[in-house]
Amino acid sequence: MKHICLYFHVHQPYRLRTYRFFDIGNSHEYFDDYANSFIMQQIAEKCYLPANKILLENIKKHGNKFKVNFSISGIALEQFELYAPEVIESFKKLANTGAVEFLAETYYHSLSSLKSKSEFKKQVKMHSEKIEKLFGQKPKVFRNTELIYSDDIGNMVFDMGYKTMITEGAKHVLGWKSPNLMYCSAANPKLKLLLKNFQLSDDIAFRFSEKRWSEWPLTTEKYTKWLNALSPKTEVVNLFMDYETFGEHQWAETGIFDFLNALPGSIIKSSDYSFSTLSEVSNSLQTVSPLHIPYPISWADEERDLTAWLGNELQDEAFNKLYSIEDKVKKCNDEEIIKMWRYLQTSDNFYYMCTKWFSDGEVHKYFNPYNSPYEAFINYMNVLSDFIILVDEKYKINENQSKKAPGLKEEKSASVKAKKTVTKKTTAKKTTTKKATSKKAKTKKASVKK
Amino acid sequence: MRVLMFGWEFPPHISGGLGTACYGLTKALNKSGVEIIFVVPKAYGDENPGRIKLVNASDIEVNIADEIYKEHWDKTSFLEIDSTLMPYTSEEEYFEMIEKQEETKYSTIDKKDFKSQKFTFSGGYGKTLIDEVKRYALIAASIANQHEFDIIHSHDWLTYYAGIEAKRVSGKPLVVHMHATEFDRSGENINQNVYNIERTGMHAADKVIAVSNLTRNTVINRYGVDPEKVTTVHNGVEPNEDNLYADTEKNIKEKVVTFLGRITYQKGPEYFIEAAYKVLQRDSNVRFVMAGSGDLLNKMIRRVARLGIADKFHFTGFLRGDDVDKMFGLSDVYVMPSVSEPFGISPLEAMRSNVPVIISKQSGVAEILKHAIKVDFWDIDAMADAIYGLLHYSSLPGMFKTYGKEEVDNIKWDNAGLKVKEIYEETAKSRN
Repeated sequence: MKHICLYFHVHQPYRLRTYRFFDIGNSHEYFDDYANSFIMQQIAEKCYLPANKILLENIKKHGNKFKVNFSISGIALEQFELYAPEVIESFKKLANTGAVEFLAETYYHSLSSLKSKSEFKKQVKMHSEKIEKLFGQKPKVFRNTELIYSDDIGNMVFDMGYKTMITEGAKHVLGWKSPNLMYCSAANPKLKLLLKNFQLSDDIAFRFSEKRWSEWPLTTEKYTKWLNALSPKTEVVNLFMDYETFGEHQWAETGIFDFLNALPGSIIKSSDYSFSTLSEVSNSLQTVSPLHIPYPISWADEERDLTAWLGNELQDEAFNKLYSIEDKVKKCNDEEIIKMWRYLQTSDNFYYMCTKWFSDGEVHKYFNPYNSPYEAFINYMNVLSDFIILVDEKYKINENQSKKAPGLKEEKSASVKAKKTVTKKTTAKKTTTKKATSKKAKTKKASVKK
Repeated sequence: MRVLMFGWEFPPHISGGLGTACYGLTKALNKSGVEIIFVVPKAYGDENPGRIKLVNASDIEVNIADEIYKEHWDKTSFLEIDSTLMPYTSEEEYFEMIEKQEETKYSTIDKKDFKSQKFTFSGGYGKTLIDEVKRYALIAASIANQHEFDIIHSHDWLTYYAGIEAKRVSGKPLVVHMHATEFDRSGENINQNVYNIERTGMHAADKVIAVSNLTRNTVINRYGVDPEKVTTVHNGVEPNEDNLYADTEKNIKEKVVTFLGRITYQKGPEYFIEAAYKVLQRDSNVRFVMAGSGDLLNKMIRRVARLGIADKFHFTGFLRGDDVDKMFGLSDVYVMPSVSEPFGISPLEAMRSNVPVIISKQSGVAEILKHAIKVDFWDIDAMADAIYGLLHYSSLPGMFKTYGKEEVDNIKWDNAGLKVKEIYEETAKSRN
């Protein structure tokens, strides 16, 4: 018996508003509430709700023969709760069937795995808790942002207790090896790796409506035939794609929903593949060999590397500056500030600064609200500049407080005589700092979009 | 293939992009084997007007020292027509100029002997600009009679009558080149005479070349020219010779943001000032420079004074040649806020000197540039923001230096030359 795994990724970033340099120091409103709610509601209508409905119907129709896997970023879940709660409900219905597995990832769809181990772990924990709370299952399989994987990341993930991770079946690391088998990490053989079959995945995700494609139009019969024609040694075919493929990247008019609706029946009826969750595959297959991946791979672009988010001067400056304040941010001890810092980590922010789409990649253009990477960078840096000012102010207040505190104690114990005056001073100081912090908290609250 | 071209003076004696474009294009055409009879108007000051001067390539005031091109100039012969026509002259300006000259007009008589004496004309310059355009056309007709060529090419409206006359007497096809339209120069308050000449020229022409899709659309929509007839050929930029000023020593501590161009409605100088004001509210560690002259100069100076930023905002007057390069050498950001810019060569020159550029979306050059920040000319917030970003986020200028220079080095006149040559060949063929 061979496995077929459908895995869909759901994500929407918090888009930044046009934030001019004259806003720096004046406004801590960073996000475009209107655009975010509008886009979320639109995509819910076009994609999430109709696609969820089709999946639910198929699960009911085929019983336990049809299964799917999902990962939903924490900030997408947050935005569903804010702008399209009916989407959460429909995912809950899917979860209740028992035929759907939810994967773990970073809550903020961040690139923290490349920069800060502690931050990475924290965000994964946050996400896992969120999924458990909403869907009643604790994720067992891990997917990193953009399927980014390296030996180092694999180690961190294993340390967090995950035994299985998914990533791209990138040609430059696989070489002659097939993506249709289960591998393990060379750095830590106990970590199992399931790889995306990018050929068959992209046939649906990118080529489905491409009329110049020699295989257009794609039918479920044809697709099932391709699956049957794969090497007899095939043990698992992993079809990993953005969930927005259905109705958003490929419009309803292309017939993508009909395809999605008919595919389970076609595969169940005319092939010897069975739909599985990733955990089931991980438990039932043996790993065939270790994969040594010293440099991070991802599922993006031809290169399958990090260059969509990092590598040019703009991306590197923004990224490094953002993480350079990690220490300070955390010492601020202010949840709103930490949350905002995490929102700024969302990988989309760096994707917009990519200069590769000058030469190729309609895909990049499609997802980019900015006219050019330069505009994206300037806007992001304006926001970040303001945020750094905010952090510095808060940090200083905290520093002063902690400096003052022991000093006061000493004073107190040292001179009992001056007790009265000292207490007076302390209260005065306390009230001023309190005022300052509460003011800050207010502005902060305003800036976090809710 | 031999072309009778009605063009404009070459650098360094130019007042704008038109001369630069003629120079670049002629050079590229020569390189691809096209022969050119290049006709230019040139006023001889107090010399007797009404003469055509045939000039050897060696006499042309242009830097042909670089060896690569030297050999090609023998394919070009230059004819200078004594005329007061100058690009960018308005009717009013022309009238003032002629008024001044009246007094000195007959004071001296040139005694030198020229090969081309037979082309001498009697009489003075036209009383009005339109008269002079017509007079120029008459001279053009006689030149067309005396020379052999396959095609006629006219640059901008002042030479369109010349092109039409040449076509009439020779029967050869005419190509007119739109470097700017009256709508670019004057907005909606167009000069009807100028518009009429532009329209007549394009309708009489066998082919119209537009310097951008923006201009092509204007030509089609506002002049009623058959789209089939109009082809876009984007300008190029001269490759950077030794950039002597790239490392010009700056004696100013502050960053410098520059506007360089004619200070006229078309170039949008007021938007630059408003953006400067916004930036200065936030950051006093920057200076703004407005280089150039034009009819809005005094108004701009008053605006700067009124805003109270004159200590940080400087006017240089008209710059030419080396001074332009020096100015780029001193600049950290170049802004071209043109309200309507058919092409716009200056950002390319800035990029060539490693200066990051902000250009208006209403410019033809925005169609071909990737490594530039593009804003709407009226969006002073976006413009100010882009300036601030370039001055404060250090990786930005770095990116521009790496990619901008490379990009601009690939916008070659040679490519434009080949396209124009193709157009010549097609046009000549369809005629036969």
